[in-house]
Amino acid sequence: MSRPLTGLSAWLVQRLSAIYMALFTIAAVVLFTVTPIDDYGDWQALWGRPVVSAATALFFVALLLHSWVGIRDVILDYVGWSTGLRLTLLALVGAWLLILGFWILEILLTVVSPWN
Amino acid sequence: MVNTNQRPVFLDLRRIHMPVTAVISIGHRLTGILLFLLLPFMLYLFEMSLRGAEGFEQAAAWLAWWPMKLITLLIIGWYGYHLLAGVRLLLTDSDIGSDLPGARRGAWMVLAGSGVILLVALLLIL
Repeated sequence: MSRPLTGLSAWLVQRLSAIYMALFTIAAVVLFTVTPIDDYGDWQALWGRPVVSAATALFFVALLLHSWVGIRDVILDYVGWSTGLRLTLLALVGAWLLILGFWILEILLTVVSPWN
Repeated sequence: MVNTNQRPVFLDLRRIHMPVTAVISIGHRLTGILLFLLLPFMLYLFEMSLRGAEGFEQAAAWLAWWPMKLITLLIIGWYGYHLLAGVRLLLTDSDIGSDLPGARRGAWMVLAGSGVILLVALLLIL
């Protein structure tokens, strides 16, 4: 059975996603400083830009992967005494992140949908 | 029998101090968990703000309510701290500030930096 996101690949994913999210955060702070959002029109115009929605979608991918590796590390560190509980918690967190992923997808699809 | 063991056997909590590097490390983990737990809350507000002009106004009204301001402030503080502590780790990986004095200095810089972020957020939100 292949084990996704463990060992070196988990370590690498954690760092790459961190770097992307850090850069995204700086860009977002600069963007909001230069062009403040005052009303829904501004907000809608912002999300109408493909660069913004694409970069945000990638941000959420990074966020979910980063959360998985981080929470996984915490569970592996503290729930070493019970394999059953450890696997249950890992499965719950995985399922939870998957649900959040579908939710985010739904939100982003409404944003980029031309019928909205 | 003569007791030659001179080690103190009491645990004086006022004399036990965690090194600043340990505080930073635990804080990094703690803020990560807290941010993970608050993800649904943030997504809910994000979704609301995108649901037309009405939703946007509703989300803005929510955020203007003082308990929400407090939560927003906490989230910004945790996020800023988590980010800076993460940057410190990345620098350590690159062998920058990885010796003990450097690690201590970096830890203090993380604390000071997140303090500044929190202060700026406070001034913007109030």
